[in-house]
Amino acid sequence: MKEAKEIREFDTELKALPISSNAKQQGRNRKPIFKGWKDTIVGYIFISPMFIGTSILVIFPILATIFLSFTDWNFITGVGGFNFIGLENFKTLLGDDIFIKSLIHNFILLLVVPIGLLISLTLAVIINNHVYFKDVFKVVYFMPYISSVVAVAIVFQVLFHPTMGPINQLLLSLGVENPPGWIADTNFALISVMVILIWMNIGFQLIIYLAGLQNIPKELYEAAEMDGASAWYKFRKITVPLVSPTTFLLLVTGFISTFKVFDLIVVLTNGGPANSTSVPVFYLYQQAFIELKTGYSSAIALILLVLVLLITFLQWLGQKKWVNY
Amino acid sequence: MTIIMTVGGIVFLLPFIWMVSASFKLEEDVLTFPIQWIPQTWNAIENYSQVWFGDKSFLLYYWNTIKISVLTTLTSVAVSSLAAYAFAKIKFKGRDIVFLIVLATYMIPPQSLLVPQFLMYTWADLFDSHLGLILLNSFSVFGTFMLRQFFLGINDEIIESAKIDGAGHFRTFFHIALPLVSPAIATYAILRFIWTWNDYQYPLIFIRSEELYTLQLGIAQFADAHGSIYSLMMAAAVSAIIPLLIVFIIGQKQVIEGIQLGGVKG
Repeated sequence: MKEAKEIREFDTELKALPISSNAKQQGRNRKPIFKGWKDTIVGYIFISPMFIGTSILVIFPILATIFLSFTDWNFITGVGGFNFIGLENFKTLLGDDIFIKSLIHNFILLLVVPIGLLISLTLAVIINNHVYFKDVFKVVYFMPYISSVVAVAIVFQVLFHPTMGPINQLLLSLGVENPPGWIADTNFALISVMVILIWMNIGFQLIIYLAGLQNIPKELYEAAEMDGASAWYKFRKITVPLVSPTTFLLLVTGFISTFKVFDLIVVLTNGGPANSTSVPVFYLYQQAFIELKTGYSSAIALILLVLVLLITFLQWLGQKKWVNY
Repeated sequence: MTIIMTVGGIVFLLPFIWMVSASFKLEEDVLTFPIQWIPQTWNAIENYSQVWFGDKSFLLYYWNTIKISVLTTLTSVAVSSLAAYAFAKIKFKGRDIVFLIVLATYMIPPQSLLVPQFLMYTWADLFDSHLGLILLNSFSVFGTFMLRQFFLGINDEIIESAKIDGAGHFRTFFHIALPLVSPAIATYAILRFIWTWNDYQYPLIFIRSEELYTLQLGIAQFADAHGSIYSLMMAAAVSAIIPLLIVFIIGQKQVIEGIQLGGVKG
């Protein structure tokens, strides 16, 4: 990083100043100037806004979610109406077709991550080695990532329009007789969402891969070239293994972020048609803020949390098998 | 290869190009096929003035969003940099445990917190207010973590010499540490600004009154009201993206480095 380098340079400049050598001499046989307890107080003052905010807005709500998930409370009954019903909410959820469907959709959405990574890594290698104006390409591929999801969803609503949308008009003109109805078609709605997600995430993954590629020593490629290795061979045997820590990072964060895909679904499809794009976070929102079932939605929230923790843990276990550090 | 990639890049941006071109057209020309990339009849001024000064006032949405994004960015930078400095440069009892707790909260999907947050907000009278919205995005684990990395990069001896000169941690923080990490602060500020600008979920749940709407809520509602007038919807979408694009192009180096360093959104 450039900043870190600047800081280091500044460090050495400061060290060269007479005062700091003076300080060093004193430092050899001095007592600590700040006593431990003083640092402790100052430390807690510094972190208190952050820690109090996080406690009130995250740690306390998570405890409340766990508590509420064992009750049948809803917004309308008011403060008095708590009933403990044990695991009842979770039992109901297991038999709730829409919830099960939403969960399955979320697992299908996980496919977005490896597909996106494959495209991004390919693009990153091409941009890194074979292209002029690298910075321009970075900006181009990054644009969807920084654009507002709401605006993107609105644009794709029109592009994916089953009869008049440009995509299907193009397909018709190319001789496809029955193009899919995309977001209006229960079989294609989830695929449409996935296409948009891949498109939006490529920029992010590409940028991270480009940083990873910079860290691969050039000598490795030079040595392979001397042995007459093909480009494909170099890609498979050098690039892919050496960016595996990056791939791992992107897989974990990518899988977790699919469990947070909310805005796109609300604006693009509102979970429809016929719940074909519902995911747990969307179902949670619906149950909590439209059906007003507080207890039930808290149970969904808890399941979601456990799933995210589980995925992180499994990947942490699995990384030892295939990540080269 | 550059040529192939240029073609690829244009295809990649086609949805945006289509959006901009549609926002300049007469409604009846939007869906004609083959697509007229350059409008035959220009209707840009009419479309945009209807979006900006029509029955839904985009001027108000813009003002609300700018206000919320700027204030959120300022508080978040202040809160995160203070905590980041302490976690990196002050040795105090329980520091590592507290840091671990804060870091662990990063795993939690924000949606699983919405219900209790909503209840607390109604009780604390923060519901349907800009202050409430600003607070929601002000305590960023991402920001703290990212800035901590930069504070760690400052040599301890600088802090030590400041102490010997009689500076307390507050002075050291403001006069020595903060200026040294100012590029990192800029990076985080730009990212936080973009994320707050684009946030849809929190305003959707925590804002009711139309005069408090953010841009994202405004466009979503505009799309509901004018759902079939595509030229106007596209003009609204362009209006939402343009300011961000400007921020991004000005700060692109910072944004890209920040993303690479932090690795994740939060």
